[in-house]
Amino acid sequence: MPEAAKNGLELHDVRVRLDGRELVAVDLTIAPGEIVTLMGPSGSGKSSLLGHICGTLPDAFEVTGQVVLDGRLLDGLAPQDRHVGILFQDDLLFPHLSVGGNLAFALPAHIKGRANRRARVEAALGSAEMDGFYDRDPATLSGGQRARVALMRVLLSEPCALLLDEPFSKLDSGLRSQIRSFVFDLCRKNSLPTLMVTHDPEDGAAAGGRVIELRG
Amino acid sequence: MLRFIPILTIVLMIGPVSAGLIGTILPAFEILPALGGTTPSLEPWQALVAQPGLGASIRLSLVNGLIATFVSVAIVMLFCAAWQGTRTFHALQRILSPILSVPHATAAFGLAFLIAPSGWFVRVVAQFTGWDRPPDVAIIHDPWGIALIAGLVAKEIPFLFLMTLSALPQADTDRTAQVTASLGYGRIAGWFKATLPRIYPQIRLPVLAVLAYSTSVVDVAIILAPTTPAPLAVRILGWLSDPDLALRFMASSAAVLQLLIVIAAMAIWIAGERLVAVIGACWAIDGQRFKQDGAVRGVSAVMALVAAGTVVLGLVVLLVWSVAGFWAFPDLLPRGFSLRLWARELDAIGNSLTTTLLIGIPAVVIAVTLVLACLENEVRTGKPAGRRAMFLIYLPLLVPQISFMFGLQVFFSLLGLERTLVSVVLGHLVFVAPYVFLSLSEPFRALDPRYGQTALCLGASPARVFWQVRLPLLTRAVLTAAAVGLAVTVGQYLPTLLIGAGRFATVTTEAVALASGGDRRMIGIYGLFQMILPFAGFALALLIPAVLFRHRRGMGAQNKG
Repeated sequence: MPEAAKNGLELHDVRVRLDGRELVAVDLTIAPGEIVTLMGPSGSGKSSLLGHICGTLPDAFEVTGQVVLDGRLLDGLAPQDRHVGILFQDDLLFPHLSVGGNLAFALPAHIKGRANRRARVEAALGSAEMDGFYDRDPATLSGGQRARVALMRVLLSEPCALLLDEPFSKLDSGLRSQIRSFVFDLCRKNSLPTLMVTHDPEDGAAAGGRVIELRG
Repeated sequence: MLRFIPILTIVLMIGPVSAGLIGTILPAFEILPALGGTTPSLEPWQALVAQPGLGASIRLSLVNGLIATFVSVAIVMLFCAAWQGTRTFHALQRILSPILSVPHATAAFGLAFLIAPSGWFVRVVAQFTGWDRPPDVAIIHDPWGIALIAGLVAKEIPFLFLMTLSALPQADTDRTAQVTASLGYGRIAGWFKATLPRIYPQIRLPVLAVLAYSTSVVDVAIILAPTTPAPLAVRILGWLSDPDLALRFMASSAAVLQLLIVIAAMAIWIAGERLVAVIGACWAIDGQRFKQDGAVRGVSAVMALVAAGTVVLGLVVLLVWSVAGFWAFPDLLPRGFSLRLWARELDAIGNSLTTTLLIGIPAVVIAVTLVLACLENEVRTGKPAGRRAMFLIYLPLLVPQISFMFGLQVFFSLLGLERTLVSVVLGHLVFVAPYVFLSLSEPFRALDPRYGQTALCLGASPARVFWQVRLPLLTRAVLTAAAVGLAVTVGQYLPTLLIGAGRFATVTTEAVALASGGDRRMIGIYGLFQMILPFAGFALALLIPAVLFRHRRGMGAQNKG
């Protein structure tokens, strides 16, 4: 992707409705490396908005407006063609694959060669300070390690934008600030336009970007 | 491609049933060109009405079917109410699941060997009373059909129990139980007042399937039911197998009558449901707590245990008979044991096992593929199958087999597929697919949809998500569903016999054919061999994921169900 095309994630007057009731309406542009926080009570349609951006929202929802990523219109594209990564409050590591398998699953197919792919995964593990974890069973990891593997997995899929759906709410408070800065640092380092939804004001404060309050 | 599979599945379910019903109804009015019937007439019905003991046969089918269903449902509901969430409950859950794999005919033979006048129970009593010959009473084939009811109840309890089990989480039953207990309700009353109304709609189709089955059963009835006269379905099979082809017309009208009996039984059952709903609605809010329910709880546990124990003990007595040498009354065990019969029958058994698998494996593979495709299509389109589609998939279980199997045979012979493997497999598929669907749909739909969403957002195509994420995560559920399907095809008696026109000798047709001969050693051998395939299937369904994912602790929790 040429550098000039990196103009971030643009939500042009996006409105999500269910059964005629408007759940959420936003109009904003997120620059590469910027982290925007959407705050709102549960049921305010925050997660539906993220589902719409990554293309997994069920048909029952009615959505108007446009989603544009790096100048590319996302609406109508299949989720796998959008290059939008998402992290949920659960890490959702695939329990049938090893830690390395989870990461290699995300690595695009254009990175070829068994050794080359393995090296890429090992490097990602290294940058998460988890060297030697390739063959581990994800079920044996600590909460913090799982969260880090989940983030590395998303980053290896080479996304152009990142969505965070209450990503820290299940971590215990000691771990939370540590994982937060790990995630936010990598978002900035990779120049990812990042949209986070949360109901925890501390998340928004730690992100250090714009915070938008949704009404319930 | 994928989106046409649900329609294809429904066609494969509804097609044979409708073709079969037409092929039964037309001959019932003497229209069957192959046998020279071209002008409609009521003669088959007049011949049927003139059959001696027809009223008694109808009464046996209708009343026994209703009683067997009612007793099974009552025991299962009472047991769930009394014990849900306890250790006893989980213990019984472990016993009942494997019992589900015991074919109906095997369970019936086992029961017969236990309760017959020379069976184990009487032999135990004889130790104390000093009888030296079996009492001269008809315990099996008893005129009231009590043995038939017992055989059906013992086999239907595990099925209904497992169906209830998969409905329980959807009603948030554990917390409901806590709420009712904290409001001062006894366990059973709390469950019947707050949980049952929420889960009954989910188990209603399985209950109606049990009712249709019990009202029209053939194999269990051949083994346990009264013979003079026999229940209607057994007599129909007799008329269909009669060398006098003219009897086919009367048999067809009887098969239509059998369908009407099942419809009547369902009407009575549904009327009963309504009545219970009205009375129950008042009872639920009258404030009665029924705190002292210890005795009822005990009784419900005993009944469930007796039902499970009978099947297990029945298997043991089959095993003992299969290796028995001389075994006089009232000895508890034979004087000697011998493997001579096993050795002699090994070749014949090998052949029937092969035939059974030749039919069973294609039927199971097709059924699992269709069901997985339907469920995957649901995920991809985001539209779960409607209530009506569900009803269509279960339709083959609600129509008595004998009422459409003969017609289906006629239909297949029109297509030139008479007595071929293809037609027998299609005949089995009609019954295998609904059970596979029943077994697989719940775990498939319960899988966290965010796994799929995450994988898509990582750039994986929908096909890759299915093969590399959803399918591996559901390994155990898929294998279990396949094992359920295998148990169903192994147990099929009528479709194999009628569609195959006697050409396909499976372990089940061989075993039921032995019933009239009364050679207990042979029945023991074939009864056990009926068990082997389903049992191996369930064992593999447990073993394969355990080995495959031995280094993946998270798969244990993932794959429940």
